[in-house]
Amino acid sequence: MDTVWAHASEIAEAVAGGDISAVEVTEAALARIARRDPALNAFTAVIESRALARAEDLDNAHTEGRALGPLAGVPFAVKNLFDIAGLPTLAGSKINRDAPPARRDATLIERLEAAGAVLIGALNMGEYAYDFTGENIHDDPSRNPHDTDRMTGGSSGGSGAAAAGGLVPIALGSDTNGSIRVPASLCGLFGLKPTYGRLSRARTFPFVASLDHVGPLARSAKDLALAYDAMQGHDPDDPVCVDRLAEPVTPLLARGADGLRIAVAGGYFRKGAFAEARTALERVAAALGAKREIDIPEAERARAAAYVITTAEGASLHLDRLRRRARDFDPAVRDRLIAGAMVPAPLVVQAQKFRRWYREQVLELFKEVDAILAPATPCTAPRIGQQTFVLDGVELPVRANLGLYTQPISFIGLPVVAVPVPLEPLPIGVQIIAAPWREDVALRIAHALEREGVAAAPRPVEGGE
Amino acid sequence: MSKLRKKTATTGKRANARAKPAPPRAPAKPKPGAAKASAKRGAATTGDPLDQFIDAAAIALDLPVQPAWKPAVKANLAVTLRFATLYAAFPLPDDAEPAPVFVA
Repeated sequence: MDTVWAHASEIAEAVAGGDISAVEVTEAALARIARRDPALNAFTAVIESRALARAEDLDNAHTEGRALGPLAGVPFAVKNLFDIAGLPTLAGSKINRDAPPARRDATLIERLEAAGAVLIGALNMGEYAYDFTGENIHDDPSRNPHDTDRMTGGSSGGSGAAAAGGLVPIALGSDTNGSIRVPASLCGLFGLKPTYGRLSRARTFPFVASLDHVGPLARSAKDLALAYDAMQGHDPDDPVCVDRLAEPVTPLLARGADGLRIAVAGGYFRKGAFAEARTALERVAAALGAKREIDIPEAERARAAAYVITTAEGASLHLDRLRRRARDFDPAVRDRLIAGAMVPAPLVVQAQKFRRWYREQVLELFKEVDAILAPATPCTAPRIGQQTFVLDGVELPVRANLGLYTQPISFIGLPVVAVPVPLEPLPIGVQIIAAPWREDVALRIAHALEREGVAAAPRPVEGGE
Repeated sequence: MSKLRKKTATTGKRANARAKPAPPRAPAKPKPGAAKASAKRGAATTGDPLDQFIDAAAIALDLPVQPAWKPAVKANLAVTLRFATLYAAFPLPDDAEPAPVFVA
């Protein structure tokens, strides 16, 4: 078995069938990380002894004839804002290195391990998740497996590098304004940002409480579905997690896109894109026969409101740290948070009022369509350190504008699957946006595109190895 | 004040929260000389009102903003305030509820 590039579903089937042991899979992942991570800088901690002990337990259970779960022996890693018992939860920061070790794993880690998966370690990220680049001045940038001089995208940059680089088949990230979808797009991965409130955020380090989501990145739509199904379910430890029965999606994937009404987002989402983003969108739309264009009303204002809520709520979270340890922040994050602390309160409340109005308008659209397609990022991966790019003739900061198309969607918590279109020389993603609680629709479409070869996670060429 | 605003302010009917508002007005442009006048009314320091606002807010919030950080803080705040004009000018009824709803 090619453990480097095998899908989680293939690994789980092989482990459950006794074709390979969980320990062998785990050792292969650890060896792969030792070999490749120095170039990718995806991991900030590898928990080798815990992972091997967990794998041994699984192999013993298999020997005893016990069921191993749908993710048997599947290695996974998590953005380092998820609590891992025994480690401080860095959230990409220097400051949190002084925090006491977490006493218990995040809920989603517990749920994936209950399904048979094996946690391998913690992943690099932009400081306190206020980032779209994957750069980090404390841990250095995570690097794109398709070109290590280029950004992974962020803030779940290590998650993108780890899954796209073949270090683990599944990585967890968080997405406040696009932090799963942007690295999925730039690294050539499938990424799921579920409905706001669907997956528990318990024991993760927050950023913007009213916008924070968590979810998986993987190299196939089926792997996303398997991980998502294992993580669903109410959790009283997260007040935002909705008390709703799990709605398994994996059994529905084979239905594909048949019967679904799919449109392409126009207006705001047609502006600013580089040629590669337009090409990817056209390919996906053509494969799905999506000819209708639909306008998501006031998306530009929605993005603006998300921006203001983010900076103000983020500043509120970090206010005390800004007072006591301002010099220990990444200056780019610090200066934005200080500005965020100074935003007049009426503007934040107004943004939350606009959010409700906007939600009602967008939900109306879902009476006519089941899914909406939009670019995930305006361009393929920029070079690490690149400060600006030109969109529609206007020079704009890369850091703030990679999430141009993702922000108006997460603003109202809609479920989205970012699918990778394997263009040359670099992949780029397309968002499949569905109505709240209809992750099944987005994942079915992603699976159908993968079957047709339109969406695929391209395997990086690793020169010099 | 728009008719919609007057109506909701008077009746306070929840149903009006769902009414589609009138097209947004363009954000109000500052009047010529407003910044200068504002500076005169402000503290002892002179100059750009946004600089004065940052100085005052830093004191009020007890935030140690170093002089070297101020240009970046100012640039970020200016972008944020510009973004805010995009939706703040959008008319919503008085009884529009913010998105997060507290449940007792």
